[in-house]
Amino acid sequence: MASEFAVEMRDVVKRFVTPEGNEIAAVDHVTMQIKNGEFFSMLGSSGCGKTTSLRMIAGFEWPSDGEVYIEGKPMGHTPPYQRKVNTVFQSYALFQHMSVYQNIAFGLEMEGAGADEIKKRVGRALEMVQLTGMERRKPRQLSGGQQQRVAVARALVKTPDVLLLDEPLGALDLKLRKEMQLELKALQQQLGITFIYVTHDQEEALTMSDRIAVMSKGRVQQLATPVEIYERPVNKFVADFIGESNFLEGTIKALSAKEASVFIPALNAEVKGMPMSPSLVNGEEVVVSIRPEKLRIVDGPAKGEGLFKARVVNSVYIGSDTHVYLDVHGIRLKVMEQNRISRLDPSSFYVKEQEITIYLMPENTLVLKKE
Amino acid sequence: MNPHRRSPLVLAATVLVYFFLYAPIAILILYSFNASRANVKFEGFIPAFSDRVVMEGSMVQSSPCGPFHWYCDLSRNNDVIEAAGNTLTIAFTATIIATTIGTMAAIAMQRYDFKIKPFSQLSLYIPIVIPEIVMGIGILTLFSQLFGWANTTFGLTGDARLSLGMATVTISHIAFMVPFVTLVVQARLQGFDKSYEEAAMDLGANEWTTFRRVTFPMILPGVLSGALLAFTLSLDDFVITFFTNGPGSTTLPIYVYGLLRRIITPQVNALSTVWILIVFVAVLLLQWLQSREEKPSH
Repeated sequence: MASEFAVEMRDVVKRFVTPEGNEIAAVDHVTMQIKNGEFFSMLGSSGCGKTTSLRMIAGFEWPSDGEVYIEGKPMGHTPPYQRKVNTVFQSYALFQHMSVYQNIAFGLEMEGAGADEIKKRVGRALEMVQLTGMERRKPRQLSGGQQQRVAVARALVKTPDVLLLDEPLGALDLKLRKEMQLELKALQQQLGITFIYVTHDQEEALTMSDRIAVMSKGRVQQLATPVEIYERPVNKFVADFIGESNFLEGTIKALSAKEASVFIPALNAEVKGMPMSPSLVNGEEVVVSIRPEKLRIVDGPAKGEGLFKARVVNSVYIGSDTHVYLDVHGIRLKVMEQNRISRLDPSSFYVKEQEITIYLMPENTLVLKKE
Repeated sequence: MNPHRRSPLVLAATVLVYFFLYAPIAILILYSFNASRANVKFEGFIPAFSDRVVMEGSMVQSSPCGPFHWYCDLSRNNDVIEAAGNTLTIAFTATIIATTIGTMAAIAMQRYDFKIKPFSQLSLYIPIVIPEIVMGIGILTLFSQLFGWANTTFGLTGDARLSLGMATVTISHIAFMVPFVTLVVQARLQGFDKSYEEAAMDLGANEWTTFRRVTFPMILPGVLSGALLAFTLSLDDFVITFFTNGPGSTTLPIYVYGLLRRIITPQVNALSTVWILIVFVAVLLLQWLQSREEKPSH
């Protein structure tokens, strides 16, 4: 391999002119390095620049500034048909006038492969996505899941260095989507090629990815492994966007290299030993992020380190979990309790106005810059 | 009140519409079998087959073709055959050229943004709404000015002289066809997802191969229905052809008009019947293409 990185975006900017004549940066100084053989996701809500970034890698758009490198080579204005990457489209974009076989064979014909080779490789690709026997069908005769598989086979039959996937599971129902997530991940591991996956579904990104770039407003907010993104979000946006977070405002009272003591008015207490994001200073106003599943409701009075009194506002049963909404000195907190035992007994639920005690472990929180 | 109950007024309107639309055609066809050469009144079918045509006054008594006498008469009329040949030659040539231009225009308007785009779009409607006679006179004036200038400037004489004929009729037909083709193809392109083209390029096809293998086959039903519409318009165009034809470029509508000014024999009706049949088949084909187009493509 020519380069350690399958794809690299260096300080890439993509500007568009809106119909009103305003210039906006859909992608705003994005730099990322995607390693060979990695399952890499770009995650963000619509308009965050993830699809535009993908399209620049594919060659459908050219950067206004900066450069995209594939296998270490700057792409410049290289057209899509000269890049060793292939795309699975959100709409699948299967050629309606061609059969499944012709769709998959198309890319090989463009390479000038012989008829025998095409037949062999299309057969293998169909086998890989478990569609053997569907060769003669037209795309519209297939279910959504099957069309999706054809789209994957059509791209993979070209044996690209990098497979680009633009929300490929967006049109499928939840159950099928979860199945396909695991299947795609298995396929990626089996083939060992780089997948760059665009999605707005955080669970999908967390399930499949080796690394995730969380994007917002055309910028990369955080680029890290799923665990790091979830457990150590770098800012309030990421903490809020990935999973759920309770945010408590406070002031840093003391700090060491990696931990801070923060006075939290809502709890009327100084909590010591909380992990913090870098570059915070003593006395700074901060927010403390606490994941709902990391808060616990405990028996007994609220006396002792990390124990606080709270009042139940609402309790919602959602099957696997119960969401308990609490009021702590006028601040709303959410606690997620897993239903480890049957809740058939009504007394196992918390009731409104009930006074309870919560336990907050400092190491399960994160101190973030206030924005 | 039953919403499906038919009002007698609606029924009457329906009957009247159909009557005035189709009765003339029915009468026209009926008269093509008329035994009377004068063709003013329907005098009954030609009764019998015989070796040769037997006339009595203006009445045909018997003919080798029997009731189809006027059709046989027509088939021996060299002027008609020449006119039909001219009509088809013009229609085919103009359709092929106009469809190519119109399709390219539609794709360009769909794909690119350019300064004069709103004007280009508007200019498509002008030839459609402008009275045909105005366009006919305009084209005639243009050609005569142009030819006059060219003939004098280059000293063209004899056969080399530029004059009205097949070429001028074909060119003017192309001129009025292009907007129709463009609008029909544009309608087809409206729902065309550009990701099909991106997918083709992604799979290694360059721009031309993408057009040939993906874009064109996908818009083909639209292109064909545009072409067929243009073809039928050319077949029965009278006004513009009237102004732009010359010696040797008489088309069927012009020929029929000429016949009508002299004498109306049932031959005209026979000719019209054949013609209606051809156009009818073309329209059926057009309908079929459009119904295929309407089927969902996803």
